[in-house]
Amino acid sequence: MNQLPTEKIFPVHNSIGDLVRHLLPGSAEYVNGFLTIASLLLVVALLPVFLIWLERKVAAHFQARLGPMRVGYHGLLQSTADGLKLIFKEVLVPEGADRFVFFLAPILPASATFLVMTILPFDHHLQVADPAGGVLFALGISGLSILGILLAGWSSNNKYSLLGAMRSGAQMVSFEISLALIMLLIVMVTGTASLREIVLSQQGTILDWWIFKLPFLGFIAFMMYMISSTAELNRAPFDISEAESELTGGFATEYSGISFAMFFFAEFVNMFVSAGLAATFFLGGFLAPQFGIGPIDAAFDFIPGFVWFFCKTFLVIFLYMWFRWTFPRLRIDQLMYLEWKMLLPANLVLLMGAGFFLAMGWTL
Amino acid sequence: MKTRQVGDKESLFHFWGRYLQKVATGLVSLLSGMGVTIRYFVSPDKIITQQYPENRENLQMMARFRGHLAMIHDENNQHRCTGCGICEKACPNGTISVLTAKDLAGRKVLGRYIYRLSQCTLCNLCIESCPFGAISMGRDFELATYDRQQLTFILNKTQGGK
Amino acid sequence: MELQPVDNLPEGFTRGLNSDETSEEYFLNMGPQHPSTHGVLRLVLKLDGENVLEVVPHLGYVHRGIEKLAESQTYLQNIHLTDRLDYLSSHFNNLGYCLAMEQALDIGVPERGEYIRVMVCELQRIQSHLLWWGVTGMDLGAISTFLYGFKEREMITDIFEEICGARLTMNFFRPGGSFADVPDTFIPRVKKVIERMHVALDEYNTLLTDNIIFRERTRAIGILSREKALSYGCSGGVLRASGVSYDVRRNDPYSIYDRFDFGIPVGSVGGCFDRYRMKMEEMPQSLRILEQAVKDFPEGPYRSKEQSAYRLPQGSYYSQVETARGLLGTYIVAEGGAKPYRVKFRSPSFSNLSTLCEMAVGHKIADLVTILATLDFVVPDIDR
Repeated sequence: MNQLPTEKIFPVHNSIGDLVRHLLPGSAEYVNGFLTIASLLLVVALLPVFLIWLERKVAAHFQARLGPMRVGYHGLLQSTADGLKLIFKEVLVPEGADRFVFFLAPILPASATFLVMTILPFDHHLQVADPAGGVLFALGISGLSILGILLAGWSSNNKYSLLGAMRSGAQMVSFEISLALIMLLIVMVTGTASLREIVLSQQGTILDWWIFKLPFLGFIAFMMYMISSTAELNRAPFDISEAESELTGGFATEYSGISFAMFFFAEFVNMFVSAGLAATFFLGGFLAPQFGIGPIDAAFDFIPGFVWFFCKTFLVIFLYMWFRWTFPRLRIDQLMYLEWKMLLPANLVLLMGAGFFLAMGWTL
Repeated sequence: MKTRQVGDKESLFHFWGRYLQKVATGLVSLLSGMGVTIRYFVSPDKIITQQYPENRENLQMMARFRGHLAMIHDENNQHRCTGCGICEKACPNGTISVLTAKDLAGRKVLGRYIYRLSQCTLCNLCIESCPFGAISMGRDFELATYDRQQLTFILNKTQGGK
Repeated sequence: MELQPVDNLPEGFTRGLNSDETSEEYFLNMGPQHPSTHGVLRLVLKLDGENVLEVVPHLGYVHRGIEKLAESQTYLQNIHLTDRLDYLSSHFNNLGYCLAMEQALDIGVPERGEYIRVMVCELQRIQSHLLWWGVTGMDLGAISTFLYGFKEREMITDIFEEICGARLTMNFFRPGGSFADVPDTFIPRVKKVIERMHVALDEYNTLLTDNIIFRERTRAIGILSREKALSYGCSGGVLRASGVSYDVRRNDPYSIYDRFDFGIPVGSVGGCFDRYRMKMEEMPQSLRILEQAVKDFPEGPYRSKEQSAYRLPQGSYYSQVETARGLLGTYIVAEGGAKPYRVKFRSPSFSNLSTLCEMAVGHKIADLVTILATLDFVVPDIDR
């Protein structure tokens, strides 16, 4: 693989940018920036639609069902239809609700996930921004979605919503710690917090991906990332904040119409972001898998990087779905036990172990 | 609620043994559970749901399926009901009204056999009680209508009978 | 500790909320429309954060007055009313009523009729447990179990549809047997169910019983002591989980249950996992009964002499059967006419539910749901 240029890539230096720069000298940066944001918005709008369909289809096949089959080929347009329905539905505001906060709450998680999308490295040059502290940015911004959920629970004037929000708050705050520690591990071994740099540090064969590069520890770290990010996403088996058999709908009990759709969409984009980060940290991001066998490597290298990025991301998303449709839900105290007494100590041990491995040069 | 006593502290070795064993067995149990679900995921032949109403033509209802009450008519549109009213008495819900009429010879025959599906619990008692085997259960199940009036049927196609 | 004034309390509560500044007590209405109360049961909870301090169940949302209705209908018509007591055990309910009538009228049942009864009842027990298993999984958050449970349940429901034309409200048994003979396909279908169930039970155990999350969720939750279980009049799996080996089929055999060789699983602790285990171990035992019955399934008449109307002689008659949920007692007082003077059903769900207030206190809301799931009640059976 060629040595990749490592200059700063905001505004994006891609073929569109070059074309615009050529045609309209001076305005290129603005046009380019606008195009980037617009295409990202398009992705953000289409992703949840596809992911919701995928979730329903995957769930159905896990359960020996067919799933949506009517709208479009194998129900491909089902979630579009559902989305349209939600847009046209009346938004009910419960009596005694804090209207301003009630409508503000779903916007926060939606915008937070959108912000994190901007730093995901989709391809060599397909990244809106690559801040030096990208990992920190991802952690900080994703914390914003907790705020949305807490506000939603509080403003709904419903005890079920409040319970769900409180559970979610406790859960996400604590699991964010182990998530941060795993990211810290990656930052430690790569020596950079820029997501693009992290991907580039995994060049070589697939054994150079961080999941394999640190013997055992990388795989354990990946597993722990999966556990804590599932919890961070409020997905089963950690979906205690909306546990429908306990709290009917949790924080989203009172939401309907477009505000409910915002929560729902944010949840799925969040899943994509989380899976994308997993791919970036552990699975080589946009790098094509290389096995050290000439022809195969060349063929894989020919496939554009963003295809690989999406492949890896959807692999992780499938894992999330697999968890969700297999496991029962944990209880709130068990969740806390898992985080504070199992994951966090294990994380610290892992961090020390990785430092030791690095010091001894025991990487593959 | 029980709390652990201060006295019975377990040794660190035991604690770690228990901890690691729990993690290991737990992971194995989780993975084997995932094995069950993935087996369903990869075998589409195990799918048991069907696409209704697309499969309407191939739908086979059981021979004894209790859909709604029907009167058996032969090829000449003749039925075997004598208008005796035993089914009316057997019905727990007042679903059936047997209205009799007189034929030309002055004998009592069936006039109208009124059946109200909206009140029927499909208990099969009328059919069991009928001494002539004149009624049976139909196999239709798509019985919903927009109007309650449409759930009242006159089951006999012809007046009278043998 | 200051308590709130008593006059504005939800019905059934005698003590108000702790009005300390640090207190997190509040009332929460759970139901009648709540996903895990399985129907229209309403619970009013007094909570301290997530912890349950007090539970007050409110019943009667599906009270249809079946016992009163039975007084105005003939004995034969009443059988179809019993379908609607516990809709997952309608064969058992029919059987209980028919047994009481047979006792009054001294009607015998032919050999084949008895075998049909036992087989159909055991199929129903498995069917009911399968639904319960799926719903329990779903209450604990494993949604796939619901569909898996229904998958095998459908095979049994198809058998019922074939033999009596209904899938839920069967109205199949009559005094002296059943209203129709089983078709020729019955035995092959039952064999297929037995074969499939052995595989399916392994799958269920891998998926849920052995799952560490499930184990942790049900461990040491909702412990019901032997004494409490007995004094509340529990029966079925709830009683056996508390360590009392009582099963009507064994201790007071009806029909031809005394001929079959089957085990009665008994628990030790009486917690949620024990109650779960009872049901899961009952299914293989039912399969054992079915295997034996399939082997000796006799030819011959399926019903003794049919009557169009039954008049019970004056007196009172009682029968009891072991439904999927426990002991169902049917008590008929007859005056000699075509209609009963009074009919009373002793339903297992009602007694089992009454232990809820004891068990749920001190646990979390999520545990309350677990307890509700393992109690396995059917709300129409409670309200009647």
